[in-house]
Amino acid sequence: MAISKLFIANRGEIAVRIIRAARELGLRTVQAVSAADRDMLAARLADEVVEIGKAHATKSYLNKDAVLAAAVASGADAVHPGYGFLSENAGFAEMVERAGLVFVGPRPETIRAMGDKATARVMAMRAGVPTVPGSEGRVEDVPAALTAAMDIGYPVMIKAAAGGGGRGIRVAHTAEDLEKLIPQAGAEALAAFGDGGLYLERFVHRARHVEVQVLGDGSRAVHLFERECSLQRRRQKVWEEAPATCLAADVRDALCASAVRLAESVGYRGAGTLEYLYDAATGAFFFIEMNTRIQVEHPVTEMITGVDLVKSMLRIAGGEPLALRQSDIRPRGHAIEVRINAEDPSRDFAPAPGTIAGLTVPGGMGVRFDTMLYPGYTVPPFYDSLLGKLIVWDDDRPAAIRRLIGALSELKIAGLATTQGLHQALALDTAVKAGDFHTRWLEGWLDARAFIASVA
Amino acid sequence: MPLKTVQSPLPGIFYRKPAPDQPPFKSEGDMIAIGDTIGLIEVMKTFTAVVAEEAGKIVAFHLENEDAVMAGECLYDIET
Repeated sequence: MAISKLFIANRGEIAVRIIRAARELGLRTVQAVSAADRDMLAARLADEVVEIGKAHATKSYLNKDAVLAAAVASGADAVHPGYGFLSENAGFAEMVERAGLVFVGPRPETIRAMGDKATARVMAMRAGVPTVPGSEGRVEDVPAALTAAMDIGYPVMIKAAAGGGGRGIRVAHTAEDLEKLIPQAGAEALAAFGDGGLYLERFVHRARHVEVQVLGDGSRAVHLFERECSLQRRRQKVWEEAPATCLAADVRDALCASAVRLAESVGYRGAGTLEYLYDAATGAFFFIEMNTRIQVEHPVTEMITGVDLVKSMLRIAGGEPLALRQSDIRPRGHAIEVRINAEDPSRDFAPAPGTIAGLTVPGGMGVRFDTMLYPGYTVPPFYDSLLGKLIVWDDDRPAAIRRLIGALSELKIAGLATTQGLHQALALDTAVKAGDFHTRWLEGWLDARAFIASVA
Repeated sequence: MPLKTVQSPLPGIFYRKPAPDQPPFKSEGDMIAIGDTIGLIEVMKTFTAVVAEEAGKIVAFHLENEDAVMAGECLYDIET
């Protein structure tokens, strides 16, 4: 490999994951830390540790100049950005390359193109990948909206052009609905955003979130099948699976093939994920966006394919061509990952930083716990709440859920509140067992039962 | 006029401004009323307002914008 010393520009469990992969490839590791992270697990495992700035992420992990200066000074020849922070920052990737180091990820122009939703949508359409049907730009009046909705197909979502974050969205199920709602939505958008512009998009009722993992070497790409991540709270995934058992075999083939087409059409390099909305009622899938980095939930894909994604990323960054052919990748069994966060489900998921008073980690066949915790470690309040990911694998989904229930009963984290209790309840839920859920399901479930956790 | 020190209820990052390009919520010398927002504390990406529980005049801040703060650490002094 063309790289020998890796700088890790991230923290928490993913930094630990990257160090493990680097070590197995014979790379030396340099771990970046903020002033608040000197005693984190990754800092204990790395060959070298460099402090890059104050606790606040904008002064450390998000400070491009400080991160790059530390990487150069350490003598590293590559930078792994992990997820979040600078991982999808094209400007940072460019700075790293200009300094003569390797950025472990796609080329800066790929990050830039796929990071922009509108550009990514155009790229997807060019590659023949279905996108969510919508109006071409704004709809100026009711007749224009009715014409556009005919092409899109009901139900349609009316969205404010100047809006964001789901604000001001209305759903029209019929032409009559649309006629009534367009003037209302226009007036409301004008009042809320100072711009009454509206556009339309197909509304997918009970949509499921499926995503396809890809690996590319800049010319050739392969897929590593899909994951389902429909169990979400406030658009944050809390439970992920591979494969997505809601997909019929022919839909899976078409979905995964579309991801490879898009990845190859942009000359994708490294590990990436294409996110789709899936309409279980019609079997239709629509590309939403691409994440040009490793994802939190990557282990479920590793468990069913046997491919180490982080090592693959490093090999590609080191200049090796993709070692895998599509026919080499055969999924086996079923994997589930649950995110153990420092949040209190009984107090509306309030953040719960604190010190780990005791830790018992589950074990056995098909059980994996990717974590940043050790007994006595103080979880700082400055970063996200992810403490670890409990991942289980078994022959099929029912067996994997049984293994998850057992593993959750063995896991003991004392000293702070966690989301473990939520996952115990979910694993026993009949709808979850039946795989009968969608991206808004968990929020309704939480509201309905005013969940009270008995944890820690 | 008694001088009181107000402590942080939470650990996290202390913000004195609602956004980076906006003026601070309150400055030294400002009179404050009960319920006024003095700053924000970010704990694991969740923001909580620091609200005045007593009226008076702010004499000094112990922290700058975006400084790390521990629960119980002094935030500001107030003359009541």
